[in-house]
Amino acid sequence: MANLAAVVGIGQTKYTTKRGDVSIAGLVREAAANALEDAGLGWDDIEAVIIGKAPDMFEGVIMPEIYLTDALGCNGKPMLRVHTAGSVGGSTALVAASHVQSGTFKRVLTVAFEKQSESNAMWALSTPQPFSVHLNAGAGGYFAPIIREYMRRSEAPYDVGIKVAVKDRLHGARNPLAHLQKPDITLQEVEESFMLWDPLRFLEACPSSDGACAMVIASEDLAEQSPKPPAWIRGVAMRSEPTMYAGREEVSPQAGRDCAADVYQQAGITDPRRDLDCAEVYVPFSWYEPMWLENLGFAAEGEGWKLTMEGATSLDEGGDIPWNPSGGVLCSNPIGASGMIRFAEAARQVRGDAGAHQVEGAKLALGHAYGGGAQFFSMWVVGSEKS
Amino acid sequence: MSEEREMITGIEAPIYLQYKFTAGSAPARFLSQVKKGVLTGQRCPGCQNVYCPPRGSCAACGLPTEEEVVLSDKATVQSFTIVAIPIPNNPIQPPYIIANLVPDGSNISFIHLMSECVNEEVHIGQRVQALWKPEEEWDYAMDNIRYFKPIDEPDVPVDRIGTMPVTGWEG
Repeated sequence: MANLAAVVGIGQTKYTTKRGDVSIAGLVREAAANALEDAGLGWDDIEAVIIGKAPDMFEGVIMPEIYLTDALGCNGKPMLRVHTAGSVGGSTALVAASHVQSGTFKRVLTVAFEKQSESNAMWALSTPQPFSVHLNAGAGGYFAPIIREYMRRSEAPYDVGIKVAVKDRLHGARNPLAHLQKPDITLQEVEESFMLWDPLRFLEACPSSDGACAMVIASEDLAEQSPKPPAWIRGVAMRSEPTMYAGREEVSPQAGRDCAADVYQQAGITDPRRDLDCAEVYVPFSWYEPMWLENLGFAAEGEGWKLTMEGATSLDEGGDIPWNPSGGVLCSNPIGASGMIRFAEAARQVRGDAGAHQVEGAKLALGHAYGGGAQFFSMWVVGSEKS
Repeated sequence: MSEEREMITGIEAPIYLQYKFTAGSAPARFLSQVKKGVLTGQRCPGCQNVYCPPRGSCAACGLPTEEEVVLSDKATVQSFTIVAIPIPNNPIQPPYIIANLVPDGSNISFIHLMSECVNEEVHIGQRVQALWKPEEEWDYAMDNIRYFKPIDEPDVPVDRIGTMPVTGWEG
């Protein structure tokens, strides 16, 4: 049986296209220092550092964790790097949590980052290999056909993605850290935006951001002494599946369903829409909201888009289960950090510390990340109470 | 001799990385056949599904795939996207179609280009065939196939996509 652990400090940077004023080291230190300040702690209070980022090709710095030890105050302390592609921010938080839940450490710092302005992720994702043709189409080129298949199966109206794109940008306008600030966005503006990867339009895709996110995770006794309310970690789960096997269900991957079932069981959740107060879910392309609503059990198969269209996931429409109140990946996408931002924003909600995007009275929240070819999943449930 | 200089805040330092690709045993067999203008797959002894391109094992069953199967160069569109995004140094001019294609005789799709088609008329279940480069240009590479183009055959119903025998589809 795992020990109780909680998030006691959260730090983020302002997400933006290019942080020309800091190096990668400066970026991660800023997030880490913000997390320590939030926790009322100093560098000496940290026993170990768990760091994550997307593949090294994204900045062209190989094993950057080695050079970041100084910036993260962990000379002479254990440091561990986590690699799980786009889901890495979530997995990194889970690995950090496990080091406290297991009793190995009492208090750890976890950090995830991406400085996309230093390279071209689209290029980094398209390395040529002789057994497949070199198409250079980026992540959108991979996911758009899967979205098309979801649209065919669910018979969802064409504008579900447009609705998600507007909803998340309106959420992001409440969050001063969000990269895209589009308080006046309209359905028409999204619909008329350039078709990038049919059926995905420009405004239905995430931006490319620089940013870092950090959390301090502490054991039960230390969390109870924390100056601000802790976010108690109530469930943790990771699952993965191979990218390619015959008959693979790509629209609603089994690994995602299994991961959700595991984390819900730990947190005592039987009906996620009813039992959770909000969710921060990795939605880099608009249509992934209805797809994950189904994969995560908030709606029956083929019905996820109805929740979106009813406004159930919208703060502004008073929905019963707001998704991505922070604006989500559609507003800010420092790839390696994006998963940790979901986990941290879920924690902010149950700490009652989410500012203008606070879901009123949130007590239980889901943080979710996915990566690779929708094959790596990590999730946690955090609560304002221990159980 | 001190003179005022602008502070240097950044430099551009392009890096060039050359990778030497070493094919494993399954891709080596596959690429040797592609060099001769033949598409092949490998059959899983457990689930009997045929993989193309083969990776040497079936990820679902965890079994090695030894049996080589010659496939058709006709295929069915499982899904697709029309790419309009300009990407630096991309030799292919957008808009172009990337399709998930299942070749006849295989049970899993690969991604390739579609051309000689009206983009707006491309659809799931559509039948296509490979257009190969001239034989003297064939190499150990999947882009021996320049692209796939539509052929005059009836659409494959969605629930049959991925199950076509190597002998093809009569409709």
